[in-house]
Amino acid sequence: MSLGRLLAGRALQAVGVAVVVSALCFLVVLRLPGDIAYRIAAGRYGYDLVDAQAADGIRAELGLDDPAWQRFGQWLSDLVRLDFGDSLVTHRPVLQEVGYYLAGTLQLAGAALLLAIVIGGAAGTLAAQRPGGVVDRVTDVWIATVRALPPFLLGLLLVLLLSVHLGLLPAVGHGGSTTIVLPAVTLAIGLSGLIARVTRDAVVEVRGSDYVRFARTKGLTERLVLARHVARNAATLVVPYLGVQAVVLVEGVVVVESLFSWQGLGHALVHAVFWRDIPVLQASALVLALLIVAVNTLVDVAVLWLDPRPRRSEVAA
Amino acid sequence: MTVAMVLGLAPGCSAPAEPGGGSDTLRIVGPFEIHSLEPTATSGFFTRLEVAETLVTADVEGELVPGLAAEWSSSRGGRSWTFELVEGATFHDGTPVTPDAAVAALETARSDEASPLATIPVEQIVATETGVRFDLTERYLTLPAVLTHYSAMILAPASYDEDGHVTELIGSGPYRIEHVELPGSIEVERYDDWRGTPPEVEHISFQTVTRPESRALMASSDQADVVFHLEPAGRERVEGTDGVSLVSSLQPRTIMLKVNGEHPVLGDPDVRRALSMGLDREAMAEAVLREEELAATQLMPPSLTTWHQPDLEPLAHDAAAAREVLESAGWSEGEDGFLEKDGERLRLNLLTYPDRPELPALATAIQASLKEVGVDIDVEVANSSEVPLRHADGSLELALVARHFALVSDPLVTVADTFAPAGSDWGVDGWSDPRMSRAVDELLGGPAEERAAELRTTVTTIAQEELPLIPVAWYRMNAAVTDRIEGFVMDPLETSWHLSSVEWAS
Repeated sequence: MSLGRLLAGRALQAVGVAVVVSALCFLVVLRLPGDIAYRIAAGRYGYDLVDAQAADGIRAELGLDDPAWQRFGQWLSDLVRLDFGDSLVTHRPVLQEVGYYLAGTLQLAGAALLLAIVIGGAAGTLAAQRPGGVVDRVTDVWIATVRALPPFLLGLLLVLLLSVHLGLLPAVGHGGSTTIVLPAVTLAIGLSGLIARVTRDAVVEVRGSDYVRFARTKGLTERLVLARHVARNAATLVVPYLGVQAVVLVEGVVVVESLFSWQGLGHALVHAVFWRDIPVLQASALVLALLIVAVNTLVDVAVLWLDPRPRRSEVAA
Repeated sequence: MTVAMVLGLAPGCSAPAEPGGGSDTLRIVGPFEIHSLEPTATSGFFTRLEVAETLVTADVEGELVPGLAAEWSSSRGGRSWTFELVEGATFHDGTPVTPDAAVAALETARSDEASPLATIPVEQIVATETGVRFDLTERYLTLPAVLTHYSAMILAPASYDEDGHVTELIGSGPYRIEHVELPGSIEVERYDDWRGTPPEVEHISFQTVTRPESRALMASSDQADVVFHLEPAGRERVEGTDGVSLVSSLQPRTIMLKVNGEHPVLGDPDVRRALSMGLDREAMAEAVLREEELAATQLMPPSLTTWHQPDLEPLAHDAAAAREVLESAGWSEGEDGFLEKDGERLRLNLLTYPDRPELPALATAIQASLKEVGVDIDVEVANSSEVPLRHADGSLELALVARHFALVSDPLVTVADTFAPAGSDWGVDGWSDPRMSRAVDELLGGPAEERAAELRTTVTTIAQEELPLIPVAWYRMNAAVTDRIEGFVMDPLETSWHLSSVEWAS
């Protein structure tokens, strides 16, 4: 597949995802129990000021009595013009609001993924040096343990250890240079287990292949064999897997953001559902969906670059 | 190294475990989020942090005291009110607090339906030479109390854009905004041109932490100086920690059963009294709120000193008497232990909502308590908006709600709404009593204090006898406060956090 065709296909997919996701969000909010105007009023003013008068004011202001299809049509036509509107609760432009939360999530997910790759990749590569050896078995235990720990519990344990007992890091918060460490480590530890597993298996498989044996026969040092032949070939197996992990990461982010009061898309999503802030909900879900399309695209491009051999199946077709 | 940079761990970046600043910063943590800078939607953050001021404010006892207005008086029999601005007040952008600026801010606030100001019968608000005059279409004696509400904050003209939305919060209080990051963080610094006594604490940071377990951990590990709202487990943790103490006060909030007075069964005051006697409030308060003293003995909590009547006969638990009352009302025990009349079981729907986590728990406790009396309660946990909606269409039977009685410093405003003869979203439903209406109307007319006290007694006594709202429990507000500071006071009305009078412990 050429790069051009790949990108065009992905772009088409992105448009389809955008329409489906926003339609679903809209339908879900309509189906949620409770009166939308009261929920928005509670989000805006706090529960103590919510009464029929406040709710009526909001209904009139936002045109909530208009038929649903009319409101959805309006949103779609605004979307085509790239106008996301304003939050119903905070009055701020949705783009500004979602941009703020997206930055938070990308920061956290990026740091966590990087950390997970370093920990998991190193552990997997080390374990693969001697399958069945001590390092391999210790890695196995590590993988099983971190997979069994839910991020919520792991996060609390880390807070108790690193923040409460040792006083090294702030327990929660957003902003400041050190607040990202605990949430990122929590996510990274969870991810690193599977990354270690996949890396280990990929490295073992590649090391046993003919071309690696040939490279050794040529007389290359073990380090050169690893760097030139094993790493790149193993990467073609590990990178697509990382793509899948990035998607899993997005799920984990919601829990971890809430635990550490980190301002990210997960936080935005939960609040938008809670306060029936439809424009923010649609935009957040849209951004998350597009993020997944973007990650998949990046993975495809990376694999294309790592393994530039033309795809046989396509030639045959 | 790359990883270290990303994580902010590079040399020089390793800040101590202190969110929001160093040792000259007072760090406040609470569960509430700041959604907007619009005065009505600020939930009082900026008046509590003493960034913005209202014309009139309230002290810890709920008494009205001067804010931006040095004095006020009424004329035309309470249909005109004049507020004289204090001298020398300036906004944080250096401009003086003028009558015109105050009128503009009040007009903007009044246009928001959710603000208590929207209910004032205003004919016009005019700027006089030295203050603000309200001309009203009718007598309205609680106006100064309504003006203590945070939505009545006076902001500088430069705060608003052309549509009247607040883009920057420029107030006139002892602290000014340093940095606001919605929805979770505010930093303020001392405003050196403040007209009053300069506060000792220079910087204050507020951070939103929504999870109660995280707040408790921050309180017990010196990562915050004042932590609001701890749940029972967190309270125990803080009580066992050195260097932190727990401060608390009863809130003017009551958890109560809103009863449909037009319901064929609940319309009978004897049935309502029987339900009330059937409630084991102390056990419920102990089990759910972890504090037996929070069991309500009357509608008004003791924190509302002028309204709470210590002499009123307390609502008490007496299951046997409750059953007797119901049996004399024609109910008899059926096969399965529940009461029935004409083959119909005594079954009532109890609606509540999960926004306050203790409400569903209390609802099930009420269900268990009334089962002892033979009443079958069907608990329904739904959206809070169902309460006003079912109130409106008359289908509500019982609803467990939490009502705040001092949204503005004078509870009379909320009491009048709660017992409105036509019913109220969070007050009585299908119930009215001419004696109650007369007492409330006379109170709104501003009688002499002695007469007012009599009338308040009348209101609370009728409420206790007729039980159109069945009180269940009161609320306590708490905070963990570090020993690093002195002079922290808890304001039950939450008008202000009074941080300008806090001092560093020597």
